Amino acid sequence: MAGIALRGLTKDYPGGVRAVDGLDLDIADGAFFALLGPSGCGKTTLLRTVAGLETASAGTVRIGDADVTRVPPGRRDVGMVFQDYALFPHMTVADNIAYPLRIKKVGRDERHAAAGEVAAELGLGTLLARRPGELSGGQQQRVALARAMAARPKVFLLDEPLSNLDARLRLEARTFLKRLQRELGVTTVFVTHDQAEALAMADRMAVMRDGRVEQVGTPAEVFRRPANLFVASFIGSTPMNLLPARATAEGIEAGGAVLPHPAPGVTDGELVYGVRPEYLDGSTEPVEGAFEGRVAVVENLGSTSLVTIDTGRSDRAGELVHVVVGEGEEPEPGTSLWARPRPGRALLFRDGELVGGRLEKT
Amino acid sequence: MTARTLLRRIGLATFLSAVLGFFALPLLWLASAPFDASPEITASVPEFTLRNFRVLLDNPYALASLRNSALLAAGTAALVVTSAALAAYALSRVRVPGRDALLYLLLLLSSIITGTAAMVPVFLLAFNLHLIDSRLGVVLVLTGGLLPTAIFILKDFTDATPPSYEEAARVFGATPLQVLRHVVAPVIRPGLATVAVWTVAQVWGDFLMPFLLLRDPDKAPAAVVMYTFYTEGGQPDLPLISTFSLLYALPVVAMYLLVSRRYGMRFHGGIKR
Repeated sequence: MAGIALRGLTKDYPGGVRAVDGLDLDIADGAFFALLGPSGCGKTTLLRTVAGLETASAGTVRIGDADVTRVPPGRRDVGMVFQDYALFPHMTVADNIAYPLRIKKVGRDERHAAAGEVAAELGLGTLLARRPGELSGGQQQRVALARAMAARPKVFLLDEPLSNLDARLRLEARTFLKRLQRELGVTTVFVTHDQAEALAMADRMAVMRDGRVEQVGTPAEVFRRPANLFVASFIGSTPMNLLPARATAEGIEAGGAVLPHPAPGVTDGELVYGVRPEYLDGSTEPVEGAFEGRVAVVENLGSTSLVTIDTGRSDRAGELVHVVVGEGEEPEPGTSLWARPRPGRALLFRDGELVGGRLEKT
Repeated sequence: MTARTLLRRIGLATFLSAVLGFFALPLLWLASAPFDASPEITASVPEFTLRNFRVLLDNPYALASLRNSALLAAGTAALVVTSAALAAYALSRVRVPGRDALLYLLLLLSSIITGTAAMVPVFLLAFNLHLIDSRLGVVLVLTGGLLPTAIFILKDFTDATPPSYEEAARVFGATPLQVLRHVVAPVIRPGLATVAVWTVAQVWGDFLMPFLLLRDPDKAPAAVVMYTFYTEGGQPDLPLISTFSLLYALPVVAMYLLVSRRYGMRFHGGIKR
């Protein structure tokens, strides 16, 4: 068991590409930690640097008490699951799972017994004699996990663990991974570009962009209080409404409406008013302190609908505001709709950074 | 219109028959002549006898030469497969500037090394290295000639192996040689088998290098010994040549059948990419 501490970690590739840029990050012992970011943000490079497959250009990597910056991958005591699982096609499932022990020169019978044990934990007991090519995607993933677990490492690293599974299986694997991590209690870091996956699985997460960490926190913190406009627009399955705003005497003006000021006193700088579609209450009757607009599009999301309203009027081109409304409350396109932010859920960004909108403890 | 189609069909069939006959006749000769009491240079219905094989067994060099051929082929194949595997793996994993140009240049030069053009320099080189009349010398020269093509073939196989296989092994602590032995070699096994079979076939059929470098007739391989099968009158000794040709051809044919059955191009991969 061990935590991970990264200090000033930098990775330069030949040709002047800086994939990871002076990054500091602490991952607590036993945490289920997500590295989230758009493709090309350096999250996979960061994971590979922790594994030792890439050498850091500068900075240090510590696993537990040991500085492993210059230690080769085999001696860092990490288990890794690759995006394509990287199961050895010529070996049976049992030989694959036992491979880390084979490298550690554990005897044949002993390592097969250990492999059988791990396989049984993951429900692979009946597949030991098969080859990877004869398994389904979900089974291959579990074999890869079992192989990473076989040597009982201090840290698990998972590179896009769910991206090779089809949508239905992905949900199942998500629950499975989370339960497994809880049972094992081993520090686990996984990389994903899917914000829903990170929010659902992780205890804590880091949002990355261009080799830097934009925000670290629990999924709830990152979802409710995104530190800046990038995180705000990246997190959430329906994108957050982000509207240019202006502070006035009555409150704050955005999208043609005067709304309660989320951070009273902040008046200068370039202001952006942000509120998630889920935190807007739609009403067909006029309401105070609400966006007003004509319904442009209604998209069915299943149990809810995403309504896009156009706040433009005859004298003024308006912004589009997204509202999530419940079942049976969908307005007709072309009608008027008022959307009122829930108290305490609206955020204000100044020059791209979050300034106000205190979150009540829940 | 139909008449023309018919005519064209007949023409095509005739042409194909001629081509087929052209290639089939030597094989037919190879199958019939060894069992003929008086073989000639033409294929004919044999007057059946096994006497020719007795003559062959009495020849002091015939059987030993097959053993020599086998030694040279096995030695060269072992050396070519090992070196080519190491070189191909390195070339496909390490960034070398101008790697492809290097490979094509080697490929070009290799056809010169074992060709007639380099006969004199190869002989002088072997002479100065005291490798004249040594099987090792022949094996080394042949390896040099075959290696570039072998690397070229194997590099395709190592290129097609996902690097994540090797990274997985490295994360679990495997050394580079362990990665090669446990993961890369088994995955590219069809390629290794292809190169081994191809090398054996090349060496088995090679005449020039052993003829040039080996003095002692006891060390001469089959291809060279066959060249000595003449009667006292200077005529080709057809009973001996035909029988020996059959024996000479069989091992290679058997090897092809065995290896293609054992290592057909199967690839049990993980996931599709």
